[in-house]
Amino acid sequence: MALTQYKYMDIIHRCFRCGYCKFPLDWEDVDNCPSYARHRLESYSNGGRLWLIRAWITGEIPWSEHLADIVYSCVACKNCEEKCPLSFSDDIINMVTAARNLMVDQGLVPPAAKKYLENVQLHGNPWGLGAKKRDQWMADLSLEPYRDQEFLYFVGSEGAYDSRAQSAARALAGVLQKAGVSFGVLGNTETDDGNEAELLGEDGLVEVLAEKNIARFAEHGVKKIITLSPHAYNALKNIYPRHGGEFAVYHYTQVLADLVRAGKLAAPKLAPVKITYHDPCFLGRWNNEYKAPRKVLQSIGGVQLLEMGRNRKSAFCCGGGSGNYYMDLLGGSADSPARIRVRQASATGADVLAVACPNCLSMLEDAVKVEGLESKLMVKDISEIMYGTE
Amino acid sequence: MDSVYAALVEIVGQDYVSTRTEELFTYSKDLGTSEPQWPDYVAAPATAEEVSRIVQMANEKNVAVVPLGGGLSLAGLALPLKGGIELDLKRMNQILELNEKGRYVVVEAGTSHGKLTAHLHKHAPHLMHSEPGAPPAATIGGNLAIHGQGDLGHPYGFNSDMVSGMEVVLPTGEVCRFGSCALGNSWYTLHPLPDVSMFMGWSGSTGIITKVSLRLFPCKKIQEQDAFVVEDEELVPDILYELTHVGMAEDMMVVSQEIPPPFNRLHYILINISGDSRKELEFKRQLMFDDRLSKYIQDGTGGIGAGGQEVPRPVVSKTSDWRKGGGFEYVGAIMPVTTYPECYKSGVEISGRHGIPYTTLGRVLGSGHSMMFSWTFAFNRADEETVRHARQALHETDEKVLELGGTLWKPAVFGQKLLMDRMDDGTLQMMQKVKHMLDPNGIMNPGNWEVA
Ligand SMILES: Cc1cc2nc3c(=O)[nH]c(=O)nc-3n(C[C@H](O)[C@H](O)[C@H](O)COP(=O)(O)OP(=O)(O)OC[C@H]3O[C@@H](n4cnc5c(N)ncnc54)[C@H](O)[C@@H]3O)c2cc1C
Ligand code: SF4
Ligand code: SF4
Repeated sequence: MALTQYKYMDIIHRCFRCGYCKFPLDWEDVDNCPSYARHRLESYSNGGRLWLIRAWITGEIPWSEHLADIVYSCVACKNCEEKCPLSFSDDIINMVTAARNLMVDQGLVPPAAKKYLENVQLHGNPWGLGAKKRDQWMADLSLEPYRDQEFLYFVGSEGAYDSRAQSAARALAGVLQKAGVSFGVLGNTETDDGNEAELLGEDGLVEVLAEKNIARFAEHGVKKIITLSPHAYNALKNIYPRHGGEFAVYHYTQVLADLVRAGKLAAPKLAPVKITYHDPCFLGRWNNEYKAPRKVLQSIGGVQLLEMGRNRKSAFCCGGGSGNYYMDLLGGSADSPARIRVRQASATGADVLAVACPNCLSMLEDAVKVEGLESKLMVKDISEIMYGTE
Repeated sequence: MDSVYAALVEIVGQDYVSTRTEELFTYSKDLGTSEPQWPDYVAAPATAEEVSRIVQMANEKNVAVVPLGGGLSLAGLALPLKGGIELDLKRMNQILELNEKGRYVVVEAGTSHGKLTAHLHKHAPHLMHSEPGAPPAATIGGNLAIHGQGDLGHPYGFNSDMVSGMEVVLPTGEVCRFGSCALGNSWYTLHPLPDVSMFMGWSGSTGIITKVSLRLFPCKKIQEQDAFVVEDEELVPDILYELTHVGMAEDMMVVSQEIPPPFNRLHYILINISGDSRKELEFKRQLMFDDRLSKYIQDGTGGIGAGGQEVPRPVVSKTSDWRKGGGFEYVGAIMPVTTYPECYKSGVEISGRHGIPYTTLGRVLGSGHSMMFSWTFAFNRADEETVRHARQALHETDEKVLELGGTLWKPAVFGQKLLMDRMDDGTLQMMQKVKHMLDPNGIMNPGNWEVA
């Protein structure tokens, strides 16, 4: 039966399935869509997915668990939107998300996505850890609760709960303190940013999360926010205004770049080291910020910045977007995106793979281990490099 | 478990085999107007050896095998007309050897044209291959299997005339090589051994191309496109004759289309030229425009529409969106250049009758020895009526091509039948013998080029 309420019925048939969207900008290969790179079957390409969604909507094929997996294996990296030459390209991810909206409404999402959304709903984080434990990442740091400081530091769920990302969260707090930035944190009263909930198709939950966080911000009169995660940056900057959120949002690399330029933050001096930088999708393709993280890295003494062939608009995603750092629908193979990405990083000859996203940090560090590259390549968040975390 | 499925899993691994509805659905359709044809299995092998094992197994089990590259031929040529195994070859995408001084490159057949262009740009920027105007995901093997042509069509002809060696898995599973590589030598030439390579133009019905050595040609530092515009289609063949006489261009196409409006009822002769210096470009321009085309400029029948434009990667896919409809298909035919006016007029007429904005294009092959002429019919994928119109327009055009003395290129089964109906008996029997000899069980892309 046709699902008449699908929002993009008037455009979804316009995908020609021509495959421009598989490539990076320089056409190096058909493998810059993480989901297609992992599976190499047309059903997992962007065009294949759009055709399948349309077939499900029109009743040509029935729903199945496999269909749901395919629909949820898009990691929302936006490579396809960058490359598709047709005028509907800005709506590609919206078309996928709208299909997920319907799956959510009908309780037809993959079990891992269901768990993710349930955990966020009940506990305010994807892992289902206690909401009261949200502030444990900073238990031994003397961080001020937000009152009326210049900035609110929004740490996000990964920074608060994921053990690897906590190190970045702590390092960033340290760097901000070192630079004398006036900031405070919300501790346990912060909740999940909702970026992934939106992409997973649970609009109702996004509304609840956004309203909760916005209410908290408003209570304290927050005007400027620094985020650790590009995902939170995207949510606060692009989703929250729809829910009445009005504040300036900065990804931390933007703030650090400004501090360095203004001479308020002295970048460390390191023994000569080669660093390559992985553009997180939610900072790069989603929000067009390619310069700030590079400026920060270039300010560090001893750093030689090496670019991977796939950088900036052509960066290959770590595969963690749209909740996949938790759901792992693209894992389990040498062609899992994070493993491909660390091989690309390693091929530059870099000693350090720098990231600016807590999701990328844990995805890529795990991949370095699986690839057996630990002795050659360290994965570090820019905050850690700036703070001097070993 | 189904024994074919089990064998496929054993050969290519679980990840790359499917019998699930979602994959079967996806591979049951191509981009054009063809009705869906469902495969029973989808498999994506990574090596020629895997392809060979699959083909041997398919003979034992008597199931069809249909090779698929980019799936961009539009004419349903890689749809499994009789079910069986759809073999997606795009994992076979390694660039194996780049021989700069010998000017050839050896690639696996599932390599995309986009990838090869990018590779040359990076590793041998002074060399190029002839890239078709298709989306860059089109594969080298798929393009040769249908005698494609690319952006060096004017100096060097069909892409299948630019092959220096080939490896093929025969329909019975043997792996054969053709050209110097068959002697264990490097892959530098296809000739002069006895010609037994019967795979190009067969739409994958005589074997699966697994490796190809392609000729590379000088790629000059500056590439530019000029446009010469005329209103009178009758002038086009003479102008092309003048231009091919001087042989200064790399690619020449004549485009006329209703949308966007500036192209409507005009004929844009797009001329790609290249040079290592401005001096070289100006010399070429002088020979073409001053020496050969000035008479048209002087008598006001032709004019320079644009000069020194950057040569863009073609995004012909946009044609599919003119009616916000996501689809088009074209009849391509190899025509005598002199038929340009009739070809164009029939395009306007047939398109008009079906309510489709007309789009025609002629690409010069060789020194004007022929041209590939295409009649494109856009449709709205969500509106079955427009799909039917496009399909009907395609069939009418197929017939028109034969009326005009043309030869259909990469014809769909409908066009293949029209051609074979007119083919002389000796040739038909020869085709039948070749097919029976190579594919005794009729498993290789059955339904295509089948002599009744
Ligand atoms: C917008 C557009 C523009 C185009 N412009 C051009 C153009 O300028 N020039 C041109 O030549 N073509 C053009 N085409 C047609 C077509 O896309 C190309 O020829 C393309 O190279 C075909 O390759 P493919 O990999 O997509 O082949 P497919 O469509 O996958 O296959 C074509 C045929 O070859 C068979 N096949 C595939 N791979 C192999 C193999 N390895 N061994 C044996 N058989 C095989 C298939 O079974 C099928 O019968 C265009 C198409 C589109 C959509
Ligand atoms: S999304 Fe765009 S580029 Fe990708 S297959 Fe569809 S039309 Fe082609
Ligand atoms: S957003 Fe990324 S993962 Fe999703 S279809 Fe586009 S390129 Fe593939």
